[in-house]
Amino acid sequence: MTDLTDLGIRDIRDGVRAGTFSAREVAEAFTAAVAAAKPLNAFLVETPEHALAAADSADAARAAGEVPKPLAGVPIGMKDLFCTKGVPSTAASHILEGFTPEYESTVSQKLWDAGAGMLGKLNMDQFAMGSSNETSYFGEVVSPWRRADGGNAPLAPGGSSGGSSAAVAARIAPGATGTDTGGSIRQPAAFTGISGIKPTYGRCSRWGVIAFASSLDQAGPMARDVRDCAILLEAMAGFDPKDATSLDLEVPRWEAGLNASLKGKRVGIPREYRVDDMPAEIDALWQRGIDWLRDAGAEIVEVSLPHTRYALPAYYIIAPAEASSNLARYDGVRYGLRDLPEGANLQEMYARTRAEGFGDEVKRRILIGTYVLSAGFYDAYYTQAQKVRTLIARDFERAWEQCDVLLTPTAPSAAFALGEKAADPLAMYLNDVFTVPSSLAGLPAMSVPGGVDAGGLPLGLQIIGRPLDEQGVLDAALAIEERAGFVARPARWW
Amino acid sequence: MSVDIATVRRIAGLARIAITEEEAERLSPELGNILDWIEQLGEVDTAGVEPMTAVIANRLRLRDDVVTDGGIRESVLANAPQAEHGFFTVPKVIE
Repeated sequence: MTDLTDLGIRDIRDGVRAGTFSAREVAEAFTAAVAAAKPLNAFLVETPEHALAAADSADAARAAGEVPKPLAGVPIGMKDLFCTKGVPSTAASHILEGFTPEYESTVSQKLWDAGAGMLGKLNMDQFAMGSSNETSYFGEVVSPWRRADGGNAPLAPGGSSGGSSAAVAARIAPGATGTDTGGSIRQPAAFTGISGIKPTYGRCSRWGVIAFASSLDQAGPMARDVRDCAILLEAMAGFDPKDATSLDLEVPRWEAGLNASLKGKRVGIPREYRVDDMPAEIDALWQRGIDWLRDAGAEIVEVSLPHTRYALPAYYIIAPAEASSNLARYDGVRYGLRDLPEGANLQEMYARTRAEGFGDEVKRRILIGTYVLSAGFYDAYYTQAQKVRTLIARDFERAWEQCDVLLTPTAPSAAFALGEKAADPLAMYLNDVFTVPSSLAGLPAMSVPGGVDAGGLPLGLQIIGRPLDEQGVLDAALAIEERAGFVARPARWW
Repeated sequence: MSVDIATVRRIAGLARIAITEEEAERLSPELGNILDWIEQLGEVDTAGVEPMTAVIANRLRLRDDVVTDGGIRESVLANAPQAEHGFFTVPKVIE
């Protein structure tokens, strides 16, 4: 019998429906794999009882002849940014240590309603601020991948959804939720050889997702392939009156709509993404991606997104500004940590609690955000950044006159070693150079594995689409997936 | 753009984050470097450009004016570091 942990979402769903194996067997296989993978540090909390209960419920429903739910029998990992009722939810921070929500986030509730079970809460960069998982209060996630050079340098799984990417790549979860503010689904997916899609801003409810930068935060799935992402996204997306920016639109049948033929489609190649000092391997991968999409029937056109180079600095004003406002709620009064030295007053309690409870990167971003929003600087920084954001969105609108989707690399390099960039915040920020512009414009964007570098590490290609055209993004990603033939997987060392 | 130690202290005060002298000294060049880098936005001509307010056009909805929540005091207080008599408690602010 095949190892059930080798199966993805679609095969598990279909196998359970057909009775090839039981949901219980699947849940037991994955909970055991999770329990045996401690060295990855991918999970902050393991919830085998949740996964097993959902599995038993799926098996009972099948025995009773009921119509199967869309994700019946499928266990998944849940990024710790999602509040889960009765299960600690910390955003990998000290300040929320011990916080056990009294409510369930909309996205996680939708997944449970669809029949999915939870294997546990996944580690991440603290408050989703980071690109390597090194900012987690509970220790970094270690990528399951190792360089093929014989060295055993532990590698970053990407971030912020690094627990999600590591768990899926290590096959201890067939799929996972992620969230993406400036690339936090796509960059970790690229680093670990899996797929991940950030849908259009507003597709997935933000209700119950611990807020980082509200105008950018968007949930999405991470899984082994494009079809699995489509299946999960259908269950996660949908209108929610509890989120003021939720889009009141029907959820398309993305899986049923998948079509890898790109006849009649135009694929734009943005020339500004050819950055200086881009590794030759990334450039070569990009060229292969162009050839694959042409082979799929698409016409390739060069386009220009002239404000691309200003996206990162605009992002590093807007995101910290929103974060400094969102994270003001952590004050030691209503939930989480309180640091109240003997004799301290209320103001001192706030300042001590926040000093104790936030990590260095979170503090850095709160301070930057506070600075750019402070009296006398607001217009020069924040208003200017929001104007540049308008220009970046306009660049994309003009590009859509010439093409249907854009193809770019996902990240400027393969996974780096843990510790390699930790001392230089700016070097870390630059890792998001290709993912941030589409985030600023709220566009759907996906990373799909394209190949490996000389060190045997995965490299990802990114597809960016028009607003609400997740189908076009998934289709182009599928066309790449079918031609890339990506079968590399990390050898088990954990 | 240099961020001197007094500015670091002022910003940290506004953000309600206690910082030590060593942290202020470390943060001063660190924040300065980041701000130097984002200064380049100043070179973009944004004359006549409206600041972004919503990436995806959406209208604000109004819901029916009915009570949809409430009566969950115990849940609201469940995660409080300190709660007494059905209230959050904090150090005394009025002598």
